[in-house]
Amino acid sequence: MMSNVKIRVVIVDDHRLFRAGVRAELGNGIEVVGEAEDVASAVASIAATAPDVVLLDVHLPGGGGVEVLRQVLPALPDVRFLAVSVSDAADDVIGTIRAGARGYVTKTISGDDLADAVTRVAAGDAVFSPRLAGFVLDAFAATDAPAIDPELDALTQREREVLRLIARGYAYKEIAKELFISVKTVETHVSSVLRKLQLSNRHELTRWATDRRLV
Amino acid sequence: MVAGVARGLADHLRVNVLVVRIAFIVLTFAAGAGLAMYAAFWVFVPAAPAPAGQPPTRASRLDGRGQYVAIGALTIGGVLAVQSLGLGLPAELMWPLALTGFGAAVLWWQADESQRTRWRKAAVGSARPPAVASAIGGACLVIAGAATFLAYHGQLNEIRNGLLAAVVMVAGVAVITGPWWLGTMRELSAERRARIREQERAELAAHLHDSVLHTLALIQRHVDDPREVQRLVRGQERELRTWLYRRPPDQQLDFGQALEAVVAEVEDDHGVPIELVVVGERRIDEALSATLQAAREAMINAAKHAGTATISVYAEIEPAKVTVFVRDRGRGFDPDAVPSDRLGVKESIVGRMERHGGHAVVRTAPGVGTEVRLEMSSAMARA
Repeated sequence: MMSNVKIRVVIVDDHRLFRAGVRAELGNGIEVVGEAEDVASAVASIAATAPDVVLLDVHLPGGGGVEVLRQVLPALPDVRFLAVSVSDAADDVIGTIRAGARGYVTKTISGDDLADAVTRVAAGDAVFSPRLAGFVLDAFAATDAPAIDPELDALTQREREVLRLIARGYAYKEIAKELFISVKTVETHVSSVLRKLQLSNRHELTRWATDRRLV
Repeated sequence: MVAGVARGLADHLRVNVLVVRIAFIVLTFAAGAGLAMYAAFWVFVPAAPAPAGQPPTRASRLDGRGQYVAIGALTIGGVLAVQSLGLGLPAELMWPLALTGFGAAVLWWQADESQRTRWRKAAVGSARPPAVASAIGGACLVIAGAATFLAYHGQLNEIRNGLLAAVVMVAGVAVITGPWWLGTMRELSAERRARIREQERAELAAHLHDSVLHTLALIQRHVDDPREVQRLVRGQERELRTWLYRRPPDQQLDFGQALEAVVAEVEDDHGVPIELVVVGERRIDEALSATLQAAREAMINAAKHAGTATISVYAEIEPAKVTVFVRDRGRGFDPDAVPSDRLGVKESIVGRMERHGGHAVVRTAPGVGTEVRLEMSSAMARA
């Protein structure tokens, strides 16, 4: 499905080589309208271009990706952020998602997969890397602590199944086939998990997010 | 006991400590000569330099409370000795003297050389409360002793002015030298911080040199061999990640950590990147060890035969069971077409799991890749 309107993207990363690589890899459906290398230039560039998607590095001079999210999202709630990082640390990943990013992929992702992820985030869906899925399963693992908000603090059986398949390396299409549901339904489940991840006050999540802010 | 004089002397003369101690005590009754000698030795004989890792010879093994008791006993003993020798000290002089003596002993003992080295070693950081407390306590005792002495002699009224003058003097000195003290303290702590930073930087530089620079050099020499470059890069990435983000693994292996090690080994041997996700953690036991071996076998198969760029490994450790998935999107195979003499999957994966009370399922078809699922129920669930 090719739409005529290109997805407009801003790349925020302090490594020039990485920005150049991503720009070359993103392909035809995506237009890079801006680049930035630190928090201040990112905020300025995003405000100037109002892109559909921001590819956001987690570790940035001037406060990190979380700081960009905090400064941009209140003014421009329609801009969608996809976090891209080399870090595998749980507090980095969860902290960035809780600050408002709609997905998280690692920098080793292939060009095609990255373009796919950008398209998905632009459409309002969430993008989970296998490792992020693993973190979420860990954070929402059954504990003795009673859920404060049962709607937000626990995953449904179906959401758990979807996350497990993501962790096993399945693409959304493969998950849909495996669970006999549509790709759209898979996307709905992942978005629902993302919402819980951002809003739940489960101890593990708040701890990770707090750790991130202290770094 | 107090300052290790007896032991030091005994070591020097090569006689038993007890002999020296008894000699001191006997001499003490000879007009307090022993006591005076002890004090003289303490003040004038420097502590022997400590052999590496051992406390200085003259330093007593007795710490803290024991030493105070010893000093107290010595003081009282000294006073009593003076009394019994009839040197004509009136009773009202004895206790002020004892108090003063005890306080002075504490203060001087603090200034003892071996003690000071111990402070330096023990607390480069904040001033240690016990040291400060005993210094203040000693000073108070000396002042109290002096005051009592003066009080007995009815000169307190006159002395009050003198005392006041002294306090004012001391306060004045504190005010004058205060900034200097503060400056010194600040300088010290700044120096300490700088030293710690320097150490950290040096450690970081050493690590980067040993690992990253070394790998970069190796990569430059292997530019023609993509497989080797891939292997080097993955290995270095993994090592650096571990160094940056993980706590050092403890001695007894957890299943997740062990699986990580296996993944690293297979990546190194076959040059295929493996994406590993682990949920939960558990100490390894025999059955899990078998699961680990089966997972290793499945990874090696995928690396050798699938012909894909990556392999996904997912392990979920739940209270009741441990499940491991090893998946590739490679060429797959027809399970029925595998010759019966090929033992790989049948023996080292399925058979191994079943022997330990678990099971393994291989899902594959030509063209869609392979997924091996290993399941092992926990020891409690098996029992």
